[in-house]
Amino acid sequence: MKSLGSIRRSFAPWADPASKPFISVKNVTKKFGDFTAVDDLSLNIYTREFFALLGASGCGKSTLLRMLAGFEQPTSGEIILDGQSLAGIPPYRRPVNMMFQSYALFPHMTVETNIAFGLKQDGMPKADIAERVGQMLKLVKLEKFAKRKPHQLSGGQRQRVALARSLAKRPKVLLLDEPLGALDKKLREETQFELMDLQQELGLTFVVVTHDQEEAMTMADRIAVMSHGKVVQVATPAEIYEAPNSRFVADFIGDVNIFDGTVFAAENGYLRIETGNGFPIRMASPEKPAIGAKAAAAIRPEKIRVSRQPPAHAPINAVEGEIWDIGYLGDMTVFHVRLKDGRVVKASSLNAVRAVEDPFGYDQQVWISFGEDAGVVLKD
Amino acid sequence: MARVASALFSRLVIIIPYAWLLFFFLIPFFIVFRISLSQTAVAMPPYTPVFDLFGGLSGVMEKAREFSFDNYVWLTEDALYFNAYVSSVIIAGISTILTLMIAYPIAYGMAKAPKSIRPTLLMLVILPFWTSFLIRVYAWIAILKPEGLLNQFLMSINVIDQPLIILNTNWAIYIGIVYSYLPFMVLPIYSSLEKMDHTLTEAALDLGCTPFSAFWRVTFPLSLAGVVAGCLLVFIPAVGEFVIPDLLGGSETLMIGKTLWNEFNANRDWPVSSAVATILLLILVIPIVFFQNAQAKADGEGR
Repeated sequence: MKSLGSIRRSFAPWADPASKPFISVKNVTKKFGDFTAVDDLSLNIYTREFFALLGASGCGKSTLLRMLAGFEQPTSGEIILDGQSLAGIPPYRRPVNMMFQSYALFPHMTVETNIAFGLKQDGMPKADIAERVGQMLKLVKLEKFAKRKPHQLSGGQRQRVALARSLAKRPKVLLLDEPLGALDKKLREETQFELMDLQQELGLTFVVVTHDQEEAMTMADRIAVMSHGKVVQVATPAEIYEAPNSRFVADFIGDVNIFDGTVFAAENGYLRIETGNGFPIRMASPEKPAIGAKAAAAIRPEKIRVSRQPPAHAPINAVEGEIWDIGYLGDMTVFHVRLKDGRVVKASSLNAVRAVEDPFGYDQQVWISFGEDAGVVLKD
Repeated sequence: MARVASALFSRLVIIIPYAWLLFFFLIPFFIVFRISLSQTAVAMPPYTPVFDLFGGLSGVMEKAREFSFDNYVWLTEDALYFNAYVSSVIIAGISTILTLMIAYPIAYGMAKAPKSIRPTLLMLVILPFWTSFLIRVYAWIAILKPEGLLNQFLMSINVIDQPLIILNTNWAIYIGIVYSYLPFMVLPIYSSLEKMDHTLTEAALDLGCTPFSAFWRVTFPLSLAGVVAGCLLVFIPAVGEFVIPDLLGGSETLMIGKTLWNEFNANRDWPVSSAVATILLLILVIPIVFFQNAQAKADGEGR
């Protein structure tokens, strides 16, 4: 699998202006009565990309997926797949297949006939169907369960049948609606990696809808964070996490501390933000807003240090507080530090050394501090 | 104590339906069966032997020897009965198929209707039950007779110039049965379609089915339990139907319910009519067993 990893790292067609998108969503709006589910949305998805649509329920991600599958028609705008407009093309004539959240396995058919369903519909010769079904069963490791009915399978096995069925026709694009939503945590984590390997192996384009940010971060090449029918940010998982473009994204993905303030000074790519109560922040920023403009610094908990002594750069990027809460998670410990003005800052530290004794106790006076490149400046 | 009480209670719960079956099905059936083995007599009741306890056990045994299967032999000798059975099954079969063809689209439409209006639609299907069955069948006479509403209407819009003869033909019986039993077909089919996951249809479309083939490969097979239940609910009572063939059918229409009625009331031949009823029951038990098998299979799949 190591070689695949290297392919994955070098895979970035979206950064190359010469590469043509495989799926192009152009200004698509979908309205249900008065409700706008998808609002003037545009995005590009490239061949062999593992693309995730991430958002809370009701953000329009499933509606977008259903428009790709052909179950819904856009109210306005256009979807282009492989250079061809999908307007007016019914689901059964689209070279895409979907894996449903509920799996939608046909209860009156065996695993085998479920997988063969689409092939039989296309009139594929019987021998070829048997061969393809065999391949698919092997791919999802269900050879022994070919004759079972869906109700005789576990949740994880059903999920794999659904996957095999949607892959059997070798679609150009596989759409996955919350593919792991019904699995328990442990199985979900295993299956995430299985799906990634499978996508690499088959060289397909995957579009997955999920509300689980961890799932999206693990699997996807790029994530589109959606809110109220719009795409807020499209970027790689690392970019989304380290450089969120808005308060919404910063807050939606992972934990974050947001310090609101005003721009006090700007020099050499750094901004000085005054957040009140003698806690100035100096943070790297490619943009240069006007002095006095509102700005906020967003810093992830793991980038905040907790120490007994003030750091050398205090009071810049450092402030005193007391330990309010301690959450010991095993691999790391989360501290809630209460500042003098009442703000609570989340900081986490990796437990790299076996420590039976906690270095910090409740109500203890500590300093929190962070580097100048630890976070990002948000304008809104 | 509580455990003993609850054990007793759970026994009681099982006993009630069995007791019901015993009193209202098995015992009446044995009475009918016993009469079918007797001979007609000009007496009250009109058959022999009649048991009394005065003769003691030996007297009862003596009389029991008079039982014979003569009436069943008689049924095989007269072609009338065989023809009546066959004709009943054919009429009931045709009516069941016609009912299915009309009820399925109705049930499908109801299941696809917006959730808010489904209770109203269900109500409309059940609504005819609120009027007397007999009155509704009589109403069909007024509609179907040569100078009836249907013929008047068709002649007034110049579709026909001679009245159609429908009343007193088998067609009138089909119409009567289809009309009367339609709700029994609609309801089970509706309930099986209504609980079906609509994403199954979407999955079929996604895998390349046109809406038509998605229906035949997914929707219809999954509603089969409802179709079988509906067909049996229509077929079984239709075989023994008496009122509809009597009121709407012609004199040459042969149905077992009518034959039975004639034997019982016109001929006052209780033993032969009991034998007819027993055979009818046997004919009907076969589809009931078939139905139960289908049901058990459907339950197994639903798990």
